[in-house]
Amino acid sequence: MIKPILMQGNEACIAGALAAGMDFFAGYPITPSTEIAELAAERLPARQGRFIQMEDEIASMGAIIGASLTGRKAMTATSGPGFSLKQENIGYAAITEVPCVVVNVQRAGPSTGIPTAPAQGDVMQARWGTHGDHPVIALSPSSVAETFDLTFRCFNLAERFRTPVILLLDEIVGHMREAIVLPAVETLELVHRLRPSGDPAKYIPYDAPLGASAPMADFGSGYPYHVTGLTHDREGFTTAKPSEVEFLIRRLASKIEMNLEEILQWEELQVEDADILLVAYGATARSARAAMKQARGKGIKVGLFRPMTIWPFPEEALRQVAIGKQVIVPEMNLGQLALEIERVVHKDITTVTQVDGEPLKPDKILAAIYNLAGTGKGV
Amino acid sequence: MTNIEIRISGSGGQGIITAGIILAEAAIICGKNALQSQSYGPEARGGASRAEVIISDSEIDYPKVTAPNIFIALTQQAYEGYKSDLVEDAVILVDSSISATANHQQKLYQLPILETAQSKLRPVVANIIALSALVRLTSCVSPEALEQAVLARVPRGTEEMNKNALLAGADLVDSLS
Repeated sequence: MIKPILMQGNEACIAGALAAGMDFFAGYPITPSTEIAELAAERLPARQGRFIQMEDEIASMGAIIGASLTGRKAMTATSGPGFSLKQENIGYAAITEVPCVVVNVQRAGPSTGIPTAPAQGDVMQARWGTHGDHPVIALSPSSVAETFDLTFRCFNLAERFRTPVILLLDEIVGHMREAIVLPAVETLELVHRLRPSGDPAKYIPYDAPLGASAPMADFGSGYPYHVTGLTHDREGFTTAKPSEVEFLIRRLASKIEMNLEEILQWEELQVEDADILLVAYGATARSARAAMKQARGKGIKVGLFRPMTIWPFPEEALRQVAIGKQVIVPEMNLGQLALEIERVVHKDITTVTQVDGEPLKPDKILAAIYNLAGTGKGV
Repeated sequence: MTNIEIRISGSGGQGIITAGIILAEAAIICGKNALQSQSYGPEARGGASRAEVIISDSEIDYPKVTAPNIFIALTQQAYEGYKSDLVEDAVILVDSSISATANHQQKLYQLPILETAQSKLRPVVANIIALSALVRLTSCVSPEALEQAVLARVPRGTEEMNKNALLAGADLVDSLS
């Protein structure tokens, strides 16, 4: 039997990335994500990988895009203001369809905020932080073991859909240590981007139908092509022709929309008989799980819907689960994913918000449960 | 209650975080669940330092310690700063240099941890002495698991000194009776 070991969330992120084949990391260390860069610097060279500490977050994002264009599996990690700086180049990766993984260990903001304090204030930024309509995949783990799993999955999704994928960690999960059983490498299913074969003269780098991407040639592999952040045609050259522009932007979005079943992942706990449904993600989902158990102990039927895929949001699944239930959304922000959840369930919901830099405690969620259940604490 | 919440505190440089990690690793060796967290930021630099561990027979939900069952303090400052939310019947283990009080349900142990480390071993193993005493007092993990976790974590070449620190910690408790 493989024995569990104690590991920090940020370390599990690197372990998951290495298992997924990460061979390039560029970053600019920032609390509370610093351990990720440190461990990348320590472990990549021994595996013939490359680590570069760049001059800032903008350059780090540019570096992983460049590395990915040469065929590397590339990642960067940041927090708070660093995530803001990466936004422009995340848009560049989205429109040029360059697979890459961006880890954001959320801390209290805005701006430099509180570097060491947890928050979930970057949920909407992960979706809309870069300008223009663009595809986004963002995953959010609730435990150290899941940080390994979801980081691994980020790489597979990035390769599969040729798009930047964001891992939305938070300071609590990133910094805590708990038991993890590392899966045997041979049991993991690695995804690699499709690469072209055949006559390079006939290679059309952006020739794909809705819902798909074309095979991607490594720079230097004999398939020269043009990469630009400007709106481009199938050949990769700039276009402003409305039909070509429209097709590109719709195709980028459709890569996500037409493949939801491959991307969406969520957990349902005790939802079948629940009168009250908690919807929570990241570290806050653990507070919600604690509150759920305590409420159940008092005879109040509470369930938990926990999206691991935050973007795209698992809306159809939640819509079904939420039927006939009162919904509570606890978040370490002023109510961000709550907006999406309200849209999806199409009824009034209760938010439990907190922005004081402290973890959201189960008691606060429990109070909201008691309030909805119409009972005092003495139940 | 299936969760045991433990807070270990002292000053920066006393190996408080290491002690928390070792205790969590010992719990995992015992086949239990464990979760370790710590305080970051200005308060962790120079001043009081704090590591927290939750040990459980089942799944650990909320990852932070809210009402410690077990509290270790190696400095007065840490004791004052982190004693406020202990449970009614907490086990409190402090260095003898600390002036401490406990209610009638709490068990307060004042042991010469720092002096023992200073005079018989080296100041750097005070954290291991404290852990050993704690395990002797509470059996929150087995002494064998603690030894295994200590030896796996400490720098090579210091194994003997750390084994002696484990013995010294247990002896401090035994000499109470």
